Amino acid sequence: MSGGLTPSQTVGPFLAIGLPWADGPFVVPEGTPGAIEITGRVLDGAGEPVPDGMIETWQADPDGRFTHPDDPRGAPEPDGAAFRGFGRCATAPDGGYRIVTLRPGRLPAVQGEGEVGGGTEAPHLDVSVFARGLFDRVVTRIYFSDEPAANEADPVLASIADPDRRATLVAAAVTGDPPGRFRFDIRLQGARETVFFDV
Amino acid sequence: MATQIPLVQGFTLPSYERPRGLHPPLDFPGYRATELRAPGRPLVALPHRLTEITGPLLGAERVTPADADLTTQHAGEPLGERIIVTGRLLDGAGRPVPGTLIEIWQANAAGRYKHAVDNHPAPLDPNFSGAGRCMTDAEGRYRFITIKPGAYPWRNHPNAWRPAHIHFSMLGRAFPQRLVTQMYFPGDPLFSQDPIFNAIPDPKARQRLIARFDLGLTQPGWALGFEWDIVLRGSAATAAERAEDHR
Repeated sequence: MSGGLTPSQTVGPFLAIGLPWADGPFVVPEGTPGAIEITGRVLDGAGEPVPDGMIETWQADPDGRFTHPDDPRGAPEPDGAAFRGFGRCATAPDGGYRIVTLRPGRLPAVQGEGEVGGGTEAPHLDVSVFARGLFDRVVTRIYFSDEPAANEADPVLASIADPDRRATLVAAAVTGDPPGRFRFDIRLQGARETVFFDV
Repeated sequence: MATQIPLVQGFTLPSYERPRGLHPPLDFPGYRATELRAPGRPLVALPHRLTEITGPLLGAERVTPADADLTTQHAGEPLGERIIVTGRLLDGAGRPVPGTLIEIWQANAAGRYKHAVDNHPAPLDPNFSGAGRCMTDAEGRYRFITIKPGAYPWRNHPNAWRPAHIHFSMLGRAFPQRLVTQMYFPGDPLFSQDPIFNAIPDPKARQRLIARFDLGLTQPGWALGFEWDIVLRGSAATAAERAEDHR
């Protein structure tokens, strides 16, 4: 069945010509009540910024729902909120990115045929990182430091034995005003390398 | 905190195939930029749960038909060979992937990108930006009108040149189908020295990135026609429902 699949190639140094959207970082419009902001930097193995990359995020809404036909729970009730679920942000010269979104809800940790009772996934975003020097996107997840109980019960976090490695997936709440700010750096390589997933 | 929402009974979630040895390895010394950017540790297996079996079904609201014609974005026409690039977006089971966003970008006919960091001493073309996008139709078809991009030098190795190519980005139906790749042109003499093309382990898979010239698609007196199909990872479980949804 995998016969004939199209292989991946790098985005190269000039993805900025074709991929960024002006509204890409805004999963919800800036100023939406309850919005959170996730910022961070993408860094290479020497700790230098990756200025020619891009990240994309995909996540559930605050009730843990997806507007997608393959979600067996059906579509969420329309509530008039301009929630897109998807974020896209090219990296700045300092490797920085910014995503404005709503905090995702918890999810039943199900897969395959009717496997219920698999526990609960903690609130998270799936993240793709694209850059020159990456032959394929690399995928990671953003969890939240202020959800310790949910994180403790999360099956994906639990699959990573080393607590230092696990910690690379948890965005740190930024103290002070305004609230709802999180910091998540992505280290492509090195001693503090972010956990990347085979999806 | 939101409460857990029960699932409907008797559901089946799709599970996407995991191709082995299809993509280039992340760590590939022949492409120097991988040296400090390729992760050094093994990837951790991520089961396909709700976040993974869904994905952004976006784009229609931000794309106009004019976005698929890269030759009419400015006052004048760009220089170069006018070409039509068309094909189908399919999954591994041969089913069309309809209604998904395809975004492309490319160099101009002289091999120069409209980007501040491109210092190749070839001319910019005031009539060519090099970006386009379209949505696949109900049969998964896409169609772009553009000009053939030029080859260009880069500093990866002595006398290094990239074969002419167009960058293609596909959102797909679900997160595992997301793909960014490059389309090449038949008979390019630069393939043999290009580490990006040759990093694909299977020579047959490399050939799948090369478009086919088609005289039937070629419009007399106007533009050369190329056909290129793109195949994303398939899923078995939703085949039946999808057939009902889309037929």
